[in-house]
Amino acid sequence: MSALISIRNLTRRFDVSKPWLNRVIERLNKAYLTAVSDVSFDIEENSVYALVGESGSGKSTIGKIVVGLTPPSEGSVKINDTDLATETDAAKIEAVRDEIQMIFQDPFASLNPRWRVRDIIAEPVAAKGGDTAGLAERLLEQVGLSAADASKYPHEFSGGQRQRICIARALASEPKIIVCDEPTSALDVSVQSQVLNLMSDLREEFGLTYLFISHDLTVVRHMADRIGVLYLGRLVEEAPRDALFTDPKHPYTQMLFDAAPRMDAFGREVDPPKGEIPDAINPPSGCAFHPRCPIAIDRCSKERPEMRLLGQTRVACHRAE
Amino acid sequence: MTDTPVLSVRDLTVEIPTRHGILRPVDQVSYDIRAGEILGVVGESGAGKSMTGNAVIGLLDPPARITGGEVLLKGEPIHDIPRSKLRRLRGKHMGMIFQDPLTSLNPLLTIGDQLTETITEHLNVGQDEARKRAIAALDEVGIPAASARIGSYPHEFSGGMRQRVVIALALCAEPELVIADEPTTALDVSVQAQIVALLKRLCRERGVAVMLVTHDMGVIAEAADRVAVMYAGRLAELGPVREVITNAHHPYTAGLMASTPLASVGQKRLKQIPGAMPRLGALPDGCAFHPRCEYAQDKCRREPGPSIEACDGRAACWFPLGTTQKEDTVA
Repeated sequence: MSALISIRNLTRRFDVSKPWLNRVIERLNKAYLTAVSDVSFDIEENSVYALVGESGSGKSTIGKIVVGLTPPSEGSVKINDTDLATETDAAKIEAVRDEIQMIFQDPFASLNPRWRVRDIIAEPVAAKGGDTAGLAERLLEQVGLSAADASKYPHEFSGGQRQRICIARALASEPKIIVCDEPTSALDVSVQSQVLNLMSDLREEFGLTYLFISHDLTVVRHMADRIGVLYLGRLVEEAPRDALFTDPKHPYTQMLFDAAPRMDAFGREVDPPKGEIPDAINPPSGCAFHPRCPIAIDRCSKERPEMRLLGQTRVACHRAE
Repeated sequence: MTDTPVLSVRDLTVEIPTRHGILRPVDQVSYDIRAGEILGVVGESGAGKSMTGNAVIGLLDPPARITGGEVLLKGEPIHDIPRSKLRRLRGKHMGMIFQDPLTSLNPLLTIGDQLTETITEHLNVGQDEARKRAIAALDEVGIPAASARIGSYPHEFSGGMRQRVVIALALCAEPELVIADEPTTALDVSVQAQIVALLKRLCRERGVAVMLVTHDMGVIAEAADRVAVMYAGRLAELGPVREVITNAHHPYTAGLMASTPLASVGQKRLKQIPGAMPRLGALPDGCAFHPRCEYAQDKCRREPGPSIEACDGRAACWFPLGTTQKEDTVA
């Protein structure tokens, strides 16, 4: 099995310091927010890898780094053994970039309202000087819209239809990898199921690889082959889907599963999780989860746990077994 | 407690006149909420669930207006009283929790100011007493070190804490009815669980009637006692939450439940309802759901869906799904 995308020790820091004059007057140091901290994982070809986590866990930042929208501070992302951030051969960079596309969360913000659907969908090909004749029409039919929709404008479509247009645009340049950042969070349940089914169909038809970013565990459980759980920029657990859902090892994953609403839990009295995600500018020492962890010991506040292999699961916890 | 429901909505109809005709975002909706009960209102966007909440509390934006039916608060009609009188009722008898906690708090006032303002406005107490009650209210919704945080501004709180402040604000004048419009949609899963648990606790301890508007079936299943399913402005189904979720009578409810990823665990494809909710300006003839309904028959295409009472008391459907063939209801 070859890894299509290989992410090693990925770290991304953002400078969130005040302006220099304020720093001088108020004697402040530079401040950094570590959005992604030492994350490593592989994505197999033709699989769906899901990143889950709450807001501020760094899942979108990883997605942006993978498509090259923002450079990593440390570590590397290799796609087909090419690292976009350090590669110098322009032809190789171009070749890799052609293979990645992205679908964003909000289909109302990610389509240019002044462009016709035909131009929106053909843009990734047109920008490279490719042949776009009939392309938009063909793709529209592939995503379940009609060819006649090509000459309409985005405002004439509902949210679910717009997301289909976004998918058609992502498919235009015939990519291998699609990074989906919360592709169905803005959609209603019945429309969400349509879009998810479409994405599954397209994956089989075109042999796509998805990096699927979501906060919704139920969606992830349906779509993903392998799942990485992020907390405060750190990968805390990574496992094949079934292993993760039947036997979560990390206390944070267990907490997430317990907190997620269930349809069969009528009047369930949950003991809600304690606390909230800490400030990413001053993360807790040691394991970032230890202030909220029910089984934390002394060691957890001092020493950051390494990733360990437990069965099929990789977990970063001193106490997991 | 008396037998009169805290809130009773009878055939409520809201209309919006437009250039292209009259739209009816809420169409003959009827339901009751009793003290200490949580009524979940679910539906997709555009189903009219928020509009119903706004109509009840008298916050419809013109030109939308109530054109039919009545809203009774503890047996007293409130749908046709003057705005000034309604203003006295809001806050005192009805509290409101909105989706986005940042936009429902005033960023220029400390949360203490906002709480004491509400308390002195509606309860006959002085500033000192109001401040004490404000701290108690913050304490009750689980804000740590309430007496120290009372001078903080909304931006100094996280999203979950802000929503707690909004809940404290809605409850500080001790209303009998709380309308919570998507209170957890903007929050993370773990914080959502905290807020849902808080709402349930407050409802139980204080006997408040809660109308919980949301699109999240999981939240409804865990929090609500009864659930009302809305589609295109009308009630599609109304019943005890367990019944409605496990044994839906209306094909739309059945489709909605089946299309959540939770219902298809281990299956390759999700069940889906074809099409999308029609726009209000272009409602189909007959039952509004018939173009998407796999059980639709000629009668559904000709005649509007029956009222819930006229049917089996559960679903507004000519051919409600039977109780016998349960497996067939999800398809």
